Amino acid sequence: MGLDIRLPIGALFTILGVLLAGYGLGSNAAIYQRSMGINVNLIWGMVLLVFGLVMILLGRRGVSHGSKLEDRNPPAKTQPK
Amino acid sequence: MTIIDWIIMLVYFAFVLGIGFLLKRRVKTSTDFFLAGRAIPAWICGLAFLSANLGAQEVIGMAASGAKYGIATSHFYWIGAIPAMVFVGIFMMPFYYGSRARSVPEYLRLRFDEKTRGLNAISFATMTVFSSGISMYAMARLIQTLHILDAPVQRLSVSPQWIFHVSIAFSALIVLAYILLGGLSSAIYNEVLQFFLIVAGFSPLVWLGLKNVGGWHELTKRVPAAYTHSWVGMGSPQTNPMGVEWFGLVMGLGFVLSFGYWCTDFLVVQRAMAADSMNAARRTPLIAAVPKMLFPFLVILPGLIAIAVPLETPAAVVASSSSQPQHGYLGLGLIPPKIDDSTGRPKLDENGHPVLDYDLAIPNMLLHYFPTGLLGLGVIALLASFMSGMAGNVTAFNTVWTYDIYQSYIRPNASDQHYLAMGRLATVFGVALSIAAAYAATRFNNIMDMLQLVFAFVNAPLFATFLLGMFWKRATGHGAFFGLISGTAAAALHHGLTLPSGAVPGIKGAWLGSVLHLYPSEMAQNFWTAIWAWTTCFIMTIVISLATRPRPEGELAGLVYSLTERPSEEHLAWYKRPLALGAAVIALTLVLNLVLR
Repeated sequence: MGLDIRLPIGALFTILGVLLAGYGLGSNAAIYQRSMGINVNLIWGMVLLVFGLVMILLGRRGVSHGSKLEDRNPPAKTQPK
Repeated sequence: MTIIDWIIMLVYFAFVLGIGFLLKRRVKTSTDFFLAGRAIPAWICGLAFLSANLGAQEVIGMAASGAKYGIATSHFYWIGAIPAMVFVGIFMMPFYYGSRARSVPEYLRLRFDEKTRGLNAISFATMTVFSSGISMYAMARLIQTLHILDAPVQRLSVSPQWIFHVSIAFSALIVLAYILLGGLSSAIYNEVLQFFLIVAGFSPLVWLGLKNVGGWHELTKRVPAAYTHSWVGMGSPQTNPMGVEWFGLVMGLGFVLSFGYWCTDFLVVQRAMAADSMNAARRTPLIAAVPKMLFPFLVILPGLIAIAVPLETPAAVVASSSSQPQHGYLGLGLIPPKIDDSTGRPKLDENGHPVLDYDLAIPNMLLHYFPTGLLGLGVIALLASFMSGMAGNVTAFNTVWTYDIYQSYIRPNASDQHYLAMGRLATVFGVALSIAAAYAATRFNNIMDMLQLVFAFVNAPLFATFLLGMFWKRATGHGAFFGLISGTAAAALHHGLTLPSGAVPGIKGAWLGSVLHLYPSEMAQNFWTAIWAWTTCFIMTIVISLATRPRPEGELAGLVYSLTERPSEEHLAWYKRPLALGAAVIALTLVLNLVLR
C-alpha cells in the first residue's frame, strides 16, 4: 500500500494538538473549574501533539522500509470462482 | 460547545473524507473494493478488527453496564472476547484465509453446501442493515441529548425536530462517501484513525474522573464492594450484581456467545481477511486482543466513576440540559432517572423508585468534566465510535450482498467490473436501508427489541456449526443446515418458556404461555438461551451428519483441520508467531483477572 496510515493519523493529531494546546494557552482559567482547576486543554493538547509528531516520524521512516516489504509479498489477486 | 469545538469537529470530518479521496485511485477491481486487495499489514488489520466492533452499543453500553454491574462487566472482555480472539487467530484463520473464501458465508459454501451459505448470508445481511440503523438512531438521539446542534438550529430558526433528521442524514452521508470512495481499505484506515481518537478522547475522562474521586482506592470505598470485584461473588447468582453464576457466565458468555461473535461474524473476520499474508491474518485478532484487554479501563471505568462522583447536589442534574423539568427524583451520581418521552416524567419501577438511564453515563461524564476544547475531542471520539460501527456493518453488508447473494443467486458469471459497480450500488442501498431502519426505530421501539431477539436466536448456535465444520471432517451440509435451524428453534423455545425475575411475559420471555424456569436476571436468561441453542445445534449436526453421506475427503483439503497442512511458523521471529503471541495474550488476561478478582 502506498499510503502509510501513520502519516494522516500523525497529521490529524498534530493539528488537534496544536489547536487544543493553543486554545489552552489563551483561554480563561474559569472554564477549568469543571476539570478541577487543571488546564486540560493545554496538557492534553501537548500529549496529542507529541503523539502526532511521533506518528509522522514513524510513518516517514516506514515509507522507505515499507516499499521494500511490498516487493517481497506481492498481493495475490487470484480468487476462487 | 463553542467555536473551538466546532473547528475540532471540522478538522476531523475533513480527515475522514480525505482518507477516502487518497485511497480512491487504488480501487480498480472488486477485490480492491471488498477485500482491500488483501494487502493490509497486520497491525492495521488488528486495530480495525477491534475498532469495527467499537460501535455505539459497545462504548455507551459498556459504560452503562459498568455503572449498573460494576467491574464484573469486564467479563465481556476477559472471559468473552479475548479467549475467542486467540482461538480464531490460531485455529480458525488458517481456514478462512487459506481457503481463499471471500466471506464467511462463502466459507460455509466451500465446506458445506449452498443452502447453508444462503441461510447465513441472508440472515447476516439483514442483521448488518438493522445494526447500522440502530447505531445511526442512537447517534442522532445522543446529538439531541447533548444539545450539540441546538445553537445552530436556533440561529437558523428551524424546528428542533430537524436535529434528528440532520444528524441521521449527515452521518449517513459521511459514511457513504468514504466507503464509496475507497471501499474496505477506506473503512479500515478510518477505523484505525477512530481507534486512536477513541483512546485520545476517553483517557482524559478516566484521568480526571479518578483524580476527582481520589484514585482507585477511594473509588472502591465509594461503591458497593461487589462493584470492584470481577470474581468474588460469582459463586451464586444472589451474590453479584449481574445475577449470574460462574458456570452460566463461562459457558454462556465466554464459550457460546463470544466465540460465536468473534469467530463467525463476518463484520470482524473481514478485517483479518484483508491482511497481506496468512501470518498477518492469523496475527490480526491477536494484535487486537492486546488493546482489547485494556479497554475495560477506558469504557467500563467511566461508568463506575459516574456513580461514585462526589456532587454537591446528588444527581437529578442532567448536566446536558438547562431546561430539565424539576421532577424531584434523584438519580445516582451522574446517572439521571429515565424520562418517559410521552409524559416528560421519570419512569418508576414497581417499588416507586426511578428507573435510571445508564446509557447517559458517558455523555454526562463528558459534559461534567470536559471544558470547551477538550469537549470537542470527546464528542468526535463518540462520533468516531458510532461511525466506525456503522461503516463496519455497511462494508460487511455490501460484500455479502454482492458475492453471496447477487453473484450466487441473481447474476452469476458477470464481469469483475460489474460486481465492483454492484458493490458501490449495494453501499448506497445498504446506507438507505439503514436510514429506514433508524426511522423504524423511532416509531416501533418494540419491533427493534424483537428483531434483536430474533438475531440472538439465529447467532447463538452458529459457533457449533463452524467448530464441527472446521474440526470434524465427517460433518455434512445437511447436518450443518438442519443443525442450525434446530439450534435457532431451541433458542426460541427456551426463551419462550423462561422469564427473568421481575419481568412480565412478552418480549422478555415466556411468550409461549407458561414459565418453566425463573432466572434471577435477564443476563442469566440470555446466557442460558445461548447454551441451549449451541448444545442443540452441536448434537443435531452430529446426528444428522452421521445419517447422511459424507463428502469425499479430497474436496475438503484446506477446509478441515485434519486435512490441512499446518502453517509453518519456524522462520518467524518469536513475536510474529501466532502461538507465542496467543500464549502471551492469555497470560496477560489471567493476570488482569487475578488483580481485579
